[in-house]
Amino acid sequence: MEQILANGLYLGAQYALIALGLTLIFSLMNVLNFAHGQMYVFGGFVTYTVVAQFGLPFIVGLIASALVLAVMGALIERFLFRPVIRKSKRDESTMLLAAGIAFFLDAVILLLFGEKQRGVPKVVNGVFNWDMRLIMPYDRILIAVLAIALIVGFILFMQYSRTGRAMRALAQDRMAAQLMGVDVDRYSMIGFALGAMLAGLVGGLLVTITGINLGMGGPTSVKAFLMIMIGGAGVISGAIAGGFILGMMESIGLTVLAAYGDVTYLVIFVTLMIFLAIRPQGLMGKPWG
Amino acid sequence: MKRRNFLATTGLSLVLAVAATTSAWAENAKLKIGFVGVTSGPAAAWGISNQRSMETRAAWLNELGGVKIGDVTYDIEIVPFDDQKDPKRAIAGMEKMAQDGIHYVVGPNVDDGAAAVRPVAEQNGIMYFPYAFPKELYTAPASNAILGMVANYQSGPAIYKYLMENKGVKKVAFIAGNESDPLSQRDSGSAAAKALGLEVVSDTVTYQMDTTDFTPVLLPVIQTAPDLLVLSGVSPANAPQLIRSARELGYTGLISTETAQDAAVLAEGAGELANGFISVGGASTPELASDAMKEFVKRYTDMFGEYNDESNTKVYALEYIIETLKANPAAIDNVEEFKKTMDTFSAPNPFMVGDAKLSYVGTTSFGQKRQVSVPLVVNEFKDGKFETLFVAQVD
Repeated sequence: MEQILANGLYLGAQYALIALGLTLIFSLMNVLNFAHGQMYVFGGFVTYTVVAQFGLPFIVGLIASALVLAVMGALIERFLFRPVIRKSKRDESTMLLAAGIAFFLDAVILLLFGEKQRGVPKVVNGVFNWDMRLIMPYDRILIAVLAIALIVGFILFMQYSRTGRAMRALAQDRMAAQLMGVDVDRYSMIGFALGAMLAGLVGGLLVTITGINLGMGGPTSVKAFLMIMIGGAGVISGAIAGGFILGMMESIGLTVLAAYGDVTYLVIFVTLMIFLAIRPQGLMGKPWG
Repeated sequence: MKRRNFLATTGLSLVLAVAATTSAWAENAKLKIGFVGVTSGPAAAWGISNQRSMETRAAWLNELGGVKIGDVTYDIEIVPFDDQKDPKRAIAGMEKMAQDGIHYVVGPNVDDGAAAVRPVAEQNGIMYFPYAFPKELYTAPASNAILGMVANYQSGPAIYKYLMENKGVKKVAFIAGNESDPLSQRDSGSAAAKALGLEVVSDTVTYQMDTTDFTPVLLPVIQTAPDLLVLSGVSPANAPQLIRSARELGYTGLISTETAQDAAVLAEGAGELANGFISVGGASTPELASDAMKEFVKRYTDMFGEYNDESNTKVYALEYIIETLKANPAAIDNVEEFKKTMDTFSAPNPFMVGDAKLSYVGTTSFGQKRQVSVPLVVNEFKDGKFETLFVAQVD
């Protein structure tokens, strides 16, 4: 039981961090960023390049991933989403654009980093073993702690910084925020950059544990959408809750249902369908959007 | 005057350029060889190593002046198609090959894709070389597919037997991805292990191909305390993570797979935790690689920046197609001629030292020769590279 809980918490922390970026972008711009998973993969490859190819410390790789993805996110918002949002009132325009960016990033990743699975050496060696009841490698503990620290830092930033307050105002009511003097374009760009940066940071964190390959983008986006549907799209606390719930469901399912084959995600999807039929806005979302 | 000179010079240059192009085209005919396989997504490494192996070898042969088949010298042109590991796309790819008049295709890389393209290949007179193991593709009445590697039901028993005799393995556990290839490899591996008298302690645990944390997946398997953990049909992307998670959970037994792996990927993803990992390789171990194989590796690395160890196996399919066509030039656009030649075909194997031969095998497994003969090299990973454990041949 201890092992199941620990696995669930570890998975939940990384999932929540992935979902945060996606939900931030959705709340600010009403954009379903299908390229979020590809941004995560790009971040992983940046860390891999800095650490494994250039031989620099892991923390440098992590910072490089954050910076590169933040710049990428800002550019994507400024030159792609902003003009499309300005010219088209239809939601599907931004959805198609996001899907196009996902395919484009897949191609760029293949060209820049190749087709192989990549990984970097363990950041910390050794395994925590509590009488065979709970086994957890130290590097996973470190990554989980870092992920939780980043989530806390993000919440504090959104709660108490001027930029965070402006973004929250934007998410609550775009028109009212504009009338109150919030620079919508500026904070949309900062929000998108922040969302992309979070994706890059998770990619950088997990490249030490799971490695990275160009095929991980799509499935990561699907899981991120699952999490924000559970928690409520556009709600930060909902994304965190969704991440931890999905992580815990996965951990429990993989252990309890192991004897029945790979049915964990089947059960999760069925549960989610029933849940959404009862509460389509998710746990913490509002029915009116 | 200057203008007249300019026009005359330009005109002359154009005439010369057209003449040069025409003469270059007239020099060698083109022989198009297709590739339909996965070059995107998590299993991209399988198909990309295929495609790049073919492109490297084709460029090399073209540089040498082309390939003489009968009285005609051909330049080899590789026509690739990414099926994205989707059977529907694989069918579209094979149809494209048929429309392009291509009769020889390498791929697909996976079971369902290989099964899906069978009707298209048979109706359009295409011989294809899948890296997929379903026996019905290679047993009569099927006759257009030729297995491009050693199947797991051929390598698995050899590995288990070796480990029983040399490492005292008694209990074995299987884990597989939830896809047709790994699952069928798990089932045949488990049956082979039982037939050898091994105790199968776990063969029901599977995982999603996009799993990022294998600890919860492996936990129930490790708790059965096997002597050997078989990663059935594991992709190069998942192997390092599975090995790492198993070792971190305290597993100290042997780990093996019957798929080809990449040493650099294992070293990066699992480091020294991958030491002792047993997998099936190709012919580029230092003991077996000929000068031609070393040259191939060098050219591949020069063209694409980094070699992929999976190409040790993938290098062979194109060679078999070309050498068989050389042996019977009538097969260039008639696959029935190709099939006739296969029964008696034999040619020197350029990629192995000694007097190794290229020939078609598979009679024992399929009742007809529908498999390329590549050496069954079983490797053990040690400190960043593969060491040969033993070598065998499939009949």
